[in-house]
Amino acid sequence: MNKLYSLGIDVGSTTVKTVILDGEDIVYNKYERHFSKVRETVGEQLKIIRDKFKGDKFKIAITGSAGLGIAEACGITFVQEVFSAFIAVNKQYPDADVVVELGGEDAKIIFLTGGVEQRMNGSCAGGTGAFIDQMAGLLGVTPDELNELSLNSEKLYPIASRCGVFAKSDIQPLLNQGAKKEDIAASIFQAVVDQTVSGLAQGRKIEGKVLFLGGPLSFLSGLRRAFVNTLELDDNHAIFPELAPCFMAYGSALRAEQMSDEMTIDEALDKILNAKSQDTIAVGKPLFESQEDYRAFVERHKESDLKYEDIKTYEGDAYLGIDAGSTTTKLVLITPEGRLLYQHYCSNKGQPLDIIASKLEEIYSLANPKLKIKASAVTGYGEDLIKSGLGVDFGIVETVAHYKAAAYFCPDVDFIIDIGGQDIKCFKIKNNAIDSIMLNEACSSGCGSFIQTFAQAMGYEIADFARLGLFAKAPVELGSRCTVFMNSSVKQAQKDGACVEDISAGLSSSIIKNAIYKVIRAKSIDELGKNIVVQGGTFLNDAVLRSFEMELGRNVIRPAIAGLMGAFGCALFAMEKTKSFNNTSSLLTKAQLEEFAYNSTAIQCQGCGAHCNLTIIKFNDGRRFIAGNRCEKGAGIKISNPMENMIEYKYNSILELENTKPSGEPIAKVGLPLALNFYDLMPFFHTLLTELGFEVVFSEKSTRDTYYKGQQTIPSDTVCYPAKITHGHIESLLEKGVDFIFYPCMSYGVDEGQSDNHYNCPVVAYYPELLKANMPNLNDDNFIAPYLDINTKSHVAKAVSGALKKYGITTKQVAKVLNKAYSAQVRHKKDIQNKAQEIISAARDRDKKIIVLAGRPYHIDPEINHGIHKLIASLGFAVITEDSVSDLVDTPALDVLNQWTFHSRMYRAAKYVCQNDDMQLVQLVSFGCGIDAVTTDEIRAILEEKDKLYTQLKIDEITNLGAAKIRLRSLAAALEEKEAASNE
Amino acid sequence: MSDNSSKRVNKTIFTEEMKKDYTILVPDMLPIHFKLIIAIYKKYGYNMELLQTSTQNVINEGLKNVHNDTCYPALLVIGQFMDALKSGKYDVNKTALLISQTGGGCRASNYLHLLRKALSADFPQVPVISLNFSGLEKNPAFPMKPAIALRLIYGVLYGDLLMLLYNQCKPYEIHKGSTDELLARWEHRLGKLLDGNKYLMPKPIYKAILNDFAALPRTKEQKPKVGIVGEIYVKYSPLANNHLNDFLLSEGCEPNVPGLLDFVLYCASDAVNDAKLYDMKDKKTLAYTIGYDVLYKYQKQQIKVIKEHGVFQPPHDFEHLRKCADKYIHQGVKMGEGWLITAEMAALAETGTKNIICTQPFGCLPNHIVAKGMSRVIKNAYPDANIVAIDYDPGATKVNQENRIKLMLANAKI
Repeated sequence: MNKLYSLGIDVGSTTVKTVILDGEDIVYNKYERHFSKVRETVGEQLKIIRDKFKGDKFKIAITGSAGLGIAEACGITFVQEVFSAFIAVNKQYPDADVVVELGGEDAKIIFLTGGVEQRMNGSCAGGTGAFIDQMAGLLGVTPDELNELSLNSEKLYPIASRCGVFAKSDIQPLLNQGAKKEDIAASIFQAVVDQTVSGLAQGRKIEGKVLFLGGPLSFLSGLRRAFVNTLELDDNHAIFPELAPCFMAYGSALRAEQMSDEMTIDEALDKILNAKSQDTIAVGKPLFESQEDYRAFVERHKESDLKYEDIKTYEGDAYLGIDAGSTTTKLVLITPEGRLLYQHYCSNKGQPLDIIASKLEEIYSLANPKLKIKASAVTGYGEDLIKSGLGVDFGIVETVAHYKAAAYFCPDVDFIIDIGGQDIKCFKIKNNAIDSIMLNEACSSGCGSFIQTFAQAMGYEIADFARLGLFAKAPVELGSRCTVFMNSSVKQAQKDGACVEDISAGLSSSIIKNAIYKVIRAKSIDELGKNIVVQGGTFLNDAVLRSFEMELGRNVIRPAIAGLMGAFGCALFAMEKTKSFNNTSSLLTKAQLEEFAYNSTAIQCQGCGAHCNLTIIKFNDGRRFIAGNRCEKGAGIKISNPMENMIEYKYNSILELENTKPSGEPIAKVGLPLALNFYDLMPFFHTLLTELGFEVVFSEKSTRDTYYKGQQTIPSDTVCYPAKITHGHIESLLEKGVDFIFYPCMSYGVDEGQSDNHYNCPVVAYYPELLKANMPNLNDDNFIAPYLDINTKSHVAKAVSGALKKYGITTKQVAKVLNKAYSAQVRHKKDIQNKAQEIISAARDRDKKIIVLAGRPYHIDPEINHGIHKLIASLGFAVITEDSVSDLVDTPALDVLNQWTFHSRMYRAAKYVCQNDDMQLVQLVSFGCGIDAVTTDEIRAILEEKDKLYTQLKIDEITNLGAAKIRLRSLAAALEEKEAASNE
Repeated sequence: MSDNSSKRVNKTIFTEEMKKDYTILVPDMLPIHFKLIIAIYKKYGYNMELLQTSTQNVINEGLKNVHNDTCYPALLVIGQFMDALKSGKYDVNKTALLISQTGGGCRASNYLHLLRKALSADFPQVPVISLNFSGLEKNPAFPMKPAIALRLIYGVLYGDLLMLLYNQCKPYEIHKGSTDELLARWEHRLGKLLDGNKYLMPKPIYKAILNDFAALPRTKEQKPKVGIVGEIYVKYSPLANNHLNDFLLSEGCEPNVPGLLDFVLYCASDAVNDAKLYDMKDKKTLAYTIGYDVLYKYQKQQIKVIKEHGVFQPPHDFEHLRKCADKYIHQGVKMGEGWLITAEMAALAETGTKNIICTQPFGCLPNHIVAKGMSRVIKNAYPDANIVAIDYDPGATKVNQENRIKLMLANAKI
């Protein structure tokens, strides 16, 4: 007897789930990974069902992010996945209030009570199953092992969860500093929770009975625990259904039940496997037309090979180079002639120190007793740790190491591009010195580790996966954006029926486009120069290399040791430094190495408000190494007579204003947030309100906790961090019990007479409107936000008195004290300018170089700038700000509309820098600042026209200073080399 | 200060001489309106051509030539121009480019400059013309004369009406393609009318259009109405929003897209608002006040005709939009589309279009405030409003966007 069932198929980004209903009863359910072979897997699953339910008929509905394409193409009904969840929840848990569902690449929340609302993650959101997989891979464990680890954690580190790339750059330094894997694992889960709570709920509280669905939540108990703890749910309010992984499939089966279409599995299979997709995919040219082409290509690149020498028989001096990179560890040992004695390239598995120590042991045991390691050098993220742990002689900046190595293969190299696991680094070489450095920004690191993760996700080894792309007939165009975007591009391509070969080739070319258009930002190939050397492990992938040559339209040099160039450069450096001396290396000897052991503990530095997370590593010979510190304080070093730092000076002078209180009994307590443009105009507003008789209270000094305090009310997760943290400052003021908060909307900033217009950016201008609309505790009484144009006195008097009418303030009163407020502002500015001159002359007396740290006024907030000014100072520079020198010159010639006050200052500061030989400019850019897309190119053009180096640091809520450090140290190294070159 | 430009970038001025035999390329934003505008300029001796390319190469050229963190509209507009210039279809020594410039505190005012930067390497000889009403950049051979301005205004009014009626008929047409045919007929006829002086008497023309559309055989079914608001370029341009209007039609919805005149009125009212807010009245204020009053009168006239005709739902009255805005946001928010987006969402929700798609370029600055920032208060006021914000950028895929829209539509049917 043939029966009629309902079948729900959920085709997600990583898995296929099937549920069969017989009336109300679930008679079958299955969860299977599809490794991106979507249709094949669906087909296999259907065949299993066909064999089990021979001859039966089914009503079928498809759901899931990858199901849409299949459903559309084959004409089977599609049910939106959140909608499926909604149906299923209504059926099984009608009393649930909120549903949280994490899938492979999607995260969703459904609010059921109090107005049904469904939220999905936007296009820029990690915090999902794929994110967890990726992070587990980074730690070298499976997701299950990650889960086990997390259960034994002791402390949590802040990890950015917005996107995988950010999180990686938070985790990597933790790993390199030796933080415990248990703690990192728990922190990863916490990051996912934070992302869901802040990114998805966006101001709506997750409370009541909460249902948790999807694969990761049902398989990972650590993640469940993190959710339950954060949301403060008890067992009655946190529900984890047994069916959780297949819940959406269950929902679509329920939906199918109500439909009329019936079919056999064979009919369904026929439809699905033979469906033609409608969309056409954009495709590029094949990488190689023929096998001959490929062979010629391989031959050509063989020319740049090193000679080898046998480590077992070689007698004499040798030089060791180590590159402790972000995800990989590289070692080389060379002879004075540059012959290769030993090489090693491997993933650091999160334990760079252990791996390098064991490789060193291997070298000692392999080597001829008459081989003498004369000197050694190390570079990369783990430089400091390795140097102090293993007694390496020199530590050098990565850029210098790479240039040394490239110049060995191509003495007149013009351009070096290095694509590693996590970084893209490009340097232009001019007059034998590094002229400009370009690094990938935090959001676009679609680099080597990305393609590796992808290969794994599709069930391939990286080498096999790359090889597949070489002869792809129609490589797909996947765009040139960050990992998250590429994931969905790949999803789309798969939906449209692209095969693995085409995707592999497409990914290679994406990486290249990313490098050329996002990082190098080249307009024409000639800009890069004639002689280009490519390196980094990613370029060992022939498909990537070929894509690069095709995109450039010219041949480049790839040394066979492309992945080891950093280490090779180090070895060359060590040789250069010691070749003609009779020295002994400080590197641990074989005997010392056998004794080598260490343990690490994590503590929080109490030296200042930054509270850096320090990792203290104790070696068994009693030495100590501290990592994670921004300044010398954390490392326990005292510097005598330090330089004054303009950023700190400015910040403190703003904070000090609060000490001035009105003379009599105050009318009321008014709160001013230490946020956004208040960092520019605080003297004005503080004086104005104090003179009117109010007691002015500032919000707390920013910390990470300030951000968490207001996190729940941020409606737009892509706005800049300085804006996001403002929510916390408002909360802080409310906590302090102010009578009201005064926060004017200001379309215009101060007109300094130097620009076409003097706007604030839209976010700075109107953030009070957003705060009022999204922070439930604010109302017209406790949040006063008049529209002010500070440049028109009469208007300010009227507007301010109008806003403060309740407190009996008249226009006349305001007009009377207004001049004092303006003078306070002018005085403040003069003071800043004078201080800058003091710092400049002090620096010149001590022969120090000066950096103008150019950003917005609010970049002096230590939580926003992450202490970068201290980092710069620790490299031996004096630091001043853009607004302390911008009035010393007139606006330079510009090619953009110069219409924002804050940005106009930066153009002038750039011009000022050009006029002073001992100055350089570093621009701070907050992630998400759209206006800086205009200013950065312009400031670069101003500086480069006068032969200055341009350095840009992108900052966000992440606290990883590794990348910033490399940039700044490269800048310092480049300046030194430039100087040396001009002295010759 | 504007003349203080560097030697890094060339600035070719569009001259009277060029007017004779140059082709002026126009970016694709509002196909209906821009066709009318091109017809108008033809009358004044300008030879314009609307670019309707939408290949991957447009995006690639944009990525190559514009800083990738710049908003999507800049990337597309500049990419479309560069693609056209490199296509070989145009004589690059006889081609000029037209780009609009609003002059607000948003990045959009810089598009023109970014375009010039992009041109400087390969096409320094190509002049860029700024289309603006605020006197930002003056092109002697491309003046904004009152007569031209008036025709342009009517072009917008007629374009808005055609777009409105098209969207109200297309979902219900019985004979496939009949609405498109009618639209094409009227585009052609209006082009001719705008050449003469009859366009100045809009009432009979409105009525004729209304009658023609009303005569289209349509079904009586009910379809969910979906409002489209957002950043002006992404909201209208099919290139930018992946043919959102067509997608909604194919999903069985009736798109409801507020017209371009609202944006023009919004710009005019901002100037008046600013003067009032900040005590900055000057001669220009008076001009803007008069301009606003005249435009508003035109709008009211059109609404009245539609209402009297009685078949179609008229556009929102602008003064009413301002009142809608006042409930949630101050009219001092004037960058980008400013308070207008909030007002349009509220007005749509109020008039029965509860499903609203807010289109925005990824990372659009004003939209943090006026769109995402205001949806909470609008949802509080209209608990059944179904608002979804969709980000557009070169990396965002259609499947992702469509999935989110489908989610909204699924919700619409609950």
